[in-house]
Order: sequence, then C-alpha cells, then structure tokens
Amino acid sequence: MRAGIVVFPGSNCDADTRWALEGVGVACRMLWHREPVDGELDLIVLPGGFSYGDYLRTGAIAAVSPVLQDVKRHARRGGLVLGICNGFQILCEAGLLPGALMTNTGLRFLCRDVHLKVERLDTPFTRALEHPSVLRVPIAHHGGRYVCSPPELEELEDGRRVLFRYCDAEGRATEAANPNGSQSNIAGILGAEGRVLGMMPHPERAADPALGSADGRLVLLSLSGALETLQTL
Amino acid sequence: MIQAQIRIMPKATILDPQGQTVLHALASLGFDAAHACRVGRFVTLDFHGIGREEAEREVEQACRRLLVNPNTESWRAEYLELPDPAGSGA
Repeated sequence: MRAGIVVFPGSNCDADTRWALEGVGVACRMLWHREPVDGELDLIVLPGGFSYGDYLRTGAIAAVSPVLQDVKRHARRGGLVLGICNGFQILCEAGLLPGALMTNTGLRFLCRDVHLKVERLDTPFTRALEHPSVLRVPIAHHGGRYVCSPPELEELEDGRRVLFRYCDAEGRATEAANPNGSQSNIAGILGAEGRVLGMMPHPERAADPALGSADGRLVLLSLSGALETLQTL
Repeated sequence: MIQAQIRIMPKATILDPQGQTVLHALASLGFDAAHACRVGRFVTLDFHGIGREEAEREVEQACRRLLVNPNTESWRAEYLELPDPAGSGA
C-alpha cells in the first residue's frame, strides 16, 4: 500500500495528511510537483493549501503543473486519487472532476466544523463507515462553493457520484447547513469510475479525538482498507 | 507591439457574490443608480514580433488552457497596436 502526497508551492496540509495517513498504516512519500512520479503508487493525494497563492483561480496553475500529467495517468490506470480542499479545486481545474469551486456565497473564509452526510458506503473512501453516517469534519476555505451545469449535476446525481453533502447533525441537507452556497449542498464528488474523490472538508484534520473529532480518520481508514484489498488482488 | 486586453467575467448564470457586495457597498455610499454589478478580471498580454492573427491564436490557446475556466467564465479580447517600449529590442 503506497501513497504519494503531491507538494506544490503553497501546499500547507501535506505534512498533516501524511501524519494522518501513516496513522492508519498507509506508507507515504512526498511528490514534488515538478519531478516525475516514479514507481507504482496505489493512491495519490492532492492536499489542501494555497497552491501558487491561489493566483488566477484557485487550483488553476497547479492544474497545469507537470505532476498532473502523472496524476491523470494514474487515474486512467484505475489508481485512487484524493483531492482535499485545494486538491479538489485542482482536480476540477484539471478536468478530472466536473464543475468548479467558486468564492463562498458569504465571501468569508470559513474555518469551522461541518456535518457531512455520507451518501454511499460502497466506495474505497467510505467502506469503513456504518450506515447512516454523519461525519463531523472541519472546513477551511474561501472558495468552496461547488457549481456545475444542470446536465453535469444530473449526471452526478444519476450516477450516485455525490459522496458527501453538507448537513445538520441529524443528517438533513438543509439550506441552513450549507456553509458556502454549494449547489445541492455538495461537499465531495466522485469521478466517473468512482476512483477519484474531491472533497472540500479536511478528513486529516479530524483524525484523532485530540483534534476534536476522529470522524475524518474513517475516510482514511477506508482508503487504507481499500489499498490492502488492492494488494491482495 | 500588440497588446491583447482580455476581459474575463463570471458567466451570467453564475452567482457573483463579490459583485453583489460591491453593489451594496456602492448603494451605501449613495451610488444607487446601478442595479447590477459583476466583478471580473482584466489580463494584458504583450506580443513582440508577431502579427495580429498569430497573437489572436496565442490568446485563444492561452484562454483555453489556463486563463479562463469555461465552466464559470466567459471572455473577450481587444487588440491594440502600441509602440514598442524603449529598449525592448523588438
């Protein structure tokens, strides 16, 4: 089970992500964005941060960085990809996920816990969870308002590719529980094959009870289990 | 020298909270004649030693590959003939 964590200029959650993944038994190495990715990896993580200072549009410049060609190849081969926060923005800009992340409706940087309704448990990212699942995980973003075209939204919903929705503590995806104005309360979506996940909340920041919640650890634990399964295939 | 002046705007279908906030701030100052405001981005690209058609092709590619997100933004460009800056060697 091998994971690579991409580091861009301005990434700032790379070390946290490594710490949290290693805590669930996933061996990690850091991937500097300008260097080719050598060796086989099971999982590539695009961590949170402010790659390239969020210049132009969040994630836009990282999306044309050389390492994204390797990420795309990895995804085409069926490898797992997890984009967290800025990583989600990069995946959308790079065309690996549909839609875009825009400035929060309230125009404020939001840094607080949110509740997430988990829509599916049969994915590599959620298999360690139990139904019905509501996670408490922090967000920390200025540009987390997910938008996409009506046909893209229909495709996401029909394909059951919305994995996480902002909700209240009881799991109701209400307007009041939507922190940033995301379409249909979307907090995380899957790629067409279900192997690429982009999510705005930070599971690595909720990976230990000492951090206020260990719910995010379940997402990482799911991945750890999924990677073990891959190893035995 | 040719300067491309590229105006990039949020699409009409995209909510622009920044524009709304600017509109409210203007109204609070008494500028209440405008009924809508949208905030976009303005990019200039200077080209030396190439013609207008080639500059347009470059801009088209640059917008497609990086400068514009077609999901959320629209763009248009104007092209100005400007004197070469002193010492540019072009």
